[in-house]
Amino acid sequence: MKSLLKATVAAAAFLAAGTAANAADVKACFVYVGPVGDFGWTYQHDQGRLAVVEHFGDKVETAFLESVAEGPDAERAIERFAREGCDIIFTTSFGYMNPTIKVAKKFPDVKFEHATGYKTADNVATYNSKFHQGRYIIGQVAAKQSKSGVAGYIASFPIPEVIAGINAFMLGAQSVNPDFQLKVVWVNTWFDPGKEADAAKALIDQGADIITQHTDSTAPLQVAQERGVHGFGQASDMVAFAPDAQYTAIIDDWAPYYIHRVQDVLDGTWESHSSWEGLAEKHVVMAPYTNLPADVVEMAKATEAKIVGGWEPFTGPITKQDGTVAAEDGVRLDDGAILGMNWYVKGVDDQLPQ
Amino acid sequence: MRIELVKRKEHSELMSLMSPLIAVGLTALSAAIIFAISGVNPALGLYKFFIEPLTEQWSLEATIEKATPLILIGCGLAVCYLSNNWNIGAEGQFVVGAMFGSILPVMFPSFENSLTLPLMLISGVIGGALWAMIPALLKTRFNTNEILTSLMLVYVAGLLLDYLVRGPWRDPDGFNFPESRIFSDAATLPDVFGGMMSLATPITIIIALVLALVLAKTIKGFEIRVMGESPRAGSFAGFSAKRLTIFSFALAGGLAGLAGTMVVSGSLNQLLPSISPGYGFTAIIVAFLGRLNPIGIIIAGFVLALSYIGGEGVQSGLGVSNKIASVIQGLLLFYVLACDTLILYRIRMVSRRAANPAGEVSHV
Amino acid sequence: MFEAVLLTVITAATPLLIAAIGELVVERSGVLNLGVEGMMIMGAVIGFAIANQTGSGTLGVIGAIAAGMAMSALFGFLVLVLVANQVATGLALTILGLGLSGMIGEAYIGVPGLRIPELYIPILSDIPFIGPVFFQQDAIVYIGFALIIGVAYFLFRTRAGLILRSVGDNHGSAHALGYSVLKIRFMAVLFGGACAGLAGAYMSLAYTPQWVENMTAGRGWIALALVVFASWLPFRVIIGAYLFGAVSVLNLHAQAIGLGVPSQFLSSLPYLATIGVLVLISANRRLTLVNTPACLGKPFVPDR
Repeated sequence: MKSLLKATVAAAAFLAAGTAANAADVKACFVYVGPVGDFGWTYQHDQGRLAVVEHFGDKVETAFLESVAEGPDAERAIERFAREGCDIIFTTSFGYMNPTIKVAKKFPDVKFEHATGYKTADNVATYNSKFHQGRYIIGQVAAKQSKSGVAGYIASFPIPEVIAGINAFMLGAQSVNPDFQLKVVWVNTWFDPGKEADAAKALIDQGADIITQHTDSTAPLQVAQERGVHGFGQASDMVAFAPDAQYTAIIDDWAPYYIHRVQDVLDGTWESHSSWEGLAEKHVVMAPYTNLPADVVEMAKATEAKIVGGWEPFTGPITKQDGTVAAEDGVRLDDGAILGMNWYVKGVDDQLPQ
Repeated sequence: MRIELVKRKEHSELMSLMSPLIAVGLTALSAAIIFAISGVNPALGLYKFFIEPLTEQWSLEATIEKATPLILIGCGLAVCYLSNNWNIGAEGQFVVGAMFGSILPVMFPSFENSLTLPLMLISGVIGGALWAMIPALLKTRFNTNEILTSLMLVYVAGLLLDYLVRGPWRDPDGFNFPESRIFSDAATLPDVFGGMMSLATPITIIIALVLALVLAKTIKGFEIRVMGESPRAGSFAGFSAKRLTIFSFALAGGLAGLAGTMVVSGSLNQLLPSISPGYGFTAIIVAFLGRLNPIGIIIAGFVLALSYIGGEGVQSGLGVSNKIASVIQGLLLFYVLACDTLILYRIRMVSRRAANPAGEVSHV
Repeated sequence: MFEAVLLTVITAATPLLIAAIGELVVERSGVLNLGVEGMMIMGAVIGFAIANQTGSGTLGVIGAIAAGMAMSALFGFLVLVLVANQVATGLALTILGLGLSGMIGEAYIGVPGLRIPELYIPILSDIPFIGPVFFQQDAIVYIGFALIIGVAYFLFRTRAGLILRSVGDNHGSAHALGYSVLKIRFMAVLFGGACAGLAGAYMSLAYTPQWVENMTAGRGWIALALVVFASWLPFRVIIGAYLFGAVSVLNLHAQAIGLGVPSQFLSSLPYLATIGVLVLISANRRLTLVNTPACLGKPFVPDR
């Protein structure tokens, strides 16, 4: 945070001197859905922005708007950046998709990057990470470590990414223990520490001894720590909050992507694409394995290596919850099927809203 | 020394004009101090916050676009508050109105003709009014406190929208992402004045002016004010508190629903899990800042919208965090509220001893 | 199992209960302070910051209470001295609190907090079931119960409480009888701020020991609703807070069991249940009218 303050002060001093317009070669701008202080999704994106600042120094200027609600405010925020001379604008929430496309039409010379969406244009690229690769690994770890054979999953909203995460976790767990059980609780929020904590408690009370989450706060891990069960960090390494409870964490590391794309703009080689990388490109990183026996760490690292080598967790045989076959033995689900996933794999103890 | 308020014989016209200016002055002073503390050139910060949005056409348009729903909702709420009906659930009425207004473009997308838009707007009004009817009827039938019920229904409305957008109303071509299909052109509110603003703004201004007229010049306006100031006197005059509760809630809900439909149709073009950045709550402040008077609400809505746009300006331009913007916004509200005291009261600093009754009489 | 659920409910209900009992006193004195959320979040951040700097949870709690009081003093000055509109001022207080807390808290993001220890009350805590549920909690939970009992006693069994209620019911007569309406209301507002600050400290030092922006996530509004729900009677605040806590926790349990009902419907249950119970209570007209402070939200200017 200190460096952020420094950057703020430096940027302000710049502007005050009236030299901002041509001080940097490229201006990279970020629109965030939450506060940079959420220590989750938005925090990680801002860490990526700070990495850009660090990497390029004076060559690149950055700016951000935080807590921009999805809805009418989003378009205005994106348009403001386009007008203020940003060369590349990262819009970091799914709900910004259509506003991004709309503004991009008006500003063909500005590059836009939309996270987690599916609409591209000549000047709009999309990017996302294969978080489900990490989920497969933690599923395996969970099944190895669980004594009760039941894990609890705190889920935010039933969007494909979250569902794919649940399925990947379950597939990983089933690869170790075919009878593994998974209980899912939807809290209908990305971020409410109190509610997430209550959900963790409910799941533990229902017999889960492993807690995992697709929400942003550290509260579930803190509950795991207090109750003497275990869990996994989400988005950032949360081991400081649960030194005895965290096995590992799935870290979103946006820095490599942001640096890469800003470099492309600097070089004049930027082109629209749909980036969807994972462990191999280090867009998803596993935090150090802690509180685990050596053989489990070894297994996790082996799986990690296998995925880095090109193996896809969503490779058949995969059976859906209703018994139909999603993928035959050895067949790999195509990207579209994973990115638009709206079914559970067999064994998940929950029903999806249809 | 202590501060003493002396009631004026009548509203001070001078202070009615001066108090907002004093408030803005004090806010600017405080903001300058805050900017200085956070290492920003105060002059530059103030310029970005208060002036720059007014200097460019697009930011002026953005301000007007942001102000429009605030004004529309605020006008309806003013009628509620004038008549002592504490509707603080406009956010929910906004959302349900938007849902009703979207029935046509989401469920019957092929229904595209010149009737589409008017029907959408009407359904939006009906939806918002129906949602507002719940607390109104609970109040008139069971004497249930409307502050609580209208607020609780905000959360319920949000979850209902969430359910629809993630479930039955999900875009069939949207890869299971939580969004409705995109509205057709026939369901999109057109821009007016050469694309300067959407039709929502003129509609809103007309409604506000009509409401101002109704409140000032008609029996209904008289009824609303009398019932607010003295329900007993009103009931002697033959006015029914219950009917007025139903009326004011229906009006506020209807206008909030209309605002919701116009936001969805005019700027979003689709339903999303969250469609309002707190318009319904911010409009409460707008209603009070505008002194529950539609003309005042137009000005208040604009000023508040300006503080949002300016807040974003200092964030993006100077790298100041959005927390500073909301602190400044909070202070602005405090100063405006505090300075409004000057309209009705004179402030005197008196030492305890000097506060003799004889001196008072001559002033009161 | 049941015991464990009850424990969760107690944690979920405590911040609501404490903030609500404070606001109840404020409203009994005739003032409506909608800024509970703003005071709570300031309590949460200041409590966390001080506990973090000093390593003392107690100092953190005291700091949080002071922060809540400071915020409420600001509110009190505006609505009591300057006769500003209470609804609007309360909302402004919330906006200010959310912004200010975010600024103060920037340095504490991602810093593990310290948790207030549980107090095991000897002997009683060994009773099966009742022991762990009621006598192995952290100090703030006990303070919450003590506050309810204390406020109930104060309001209905002491002279000062009678005066406070009369100020809320008819400030004109109270003034005529020689009581300083504004002074009494200011004290009540300060008490409300102290409680909101304490509730905030519970969030950041016990419920989820950490600081993150907006961590109170709307609980201040629920507390406000609970006061009306309780029809301004202290013991009903307990019922309301526990009912709300229970429904929110049971919703999560129902999901973990796998009921197959859309989660949005389960999530809206606490709100619907609150409305339902409120209708039942308020249908009894005599009771509610008796307890509603008649001057709630109405400004008072001593005109001598």
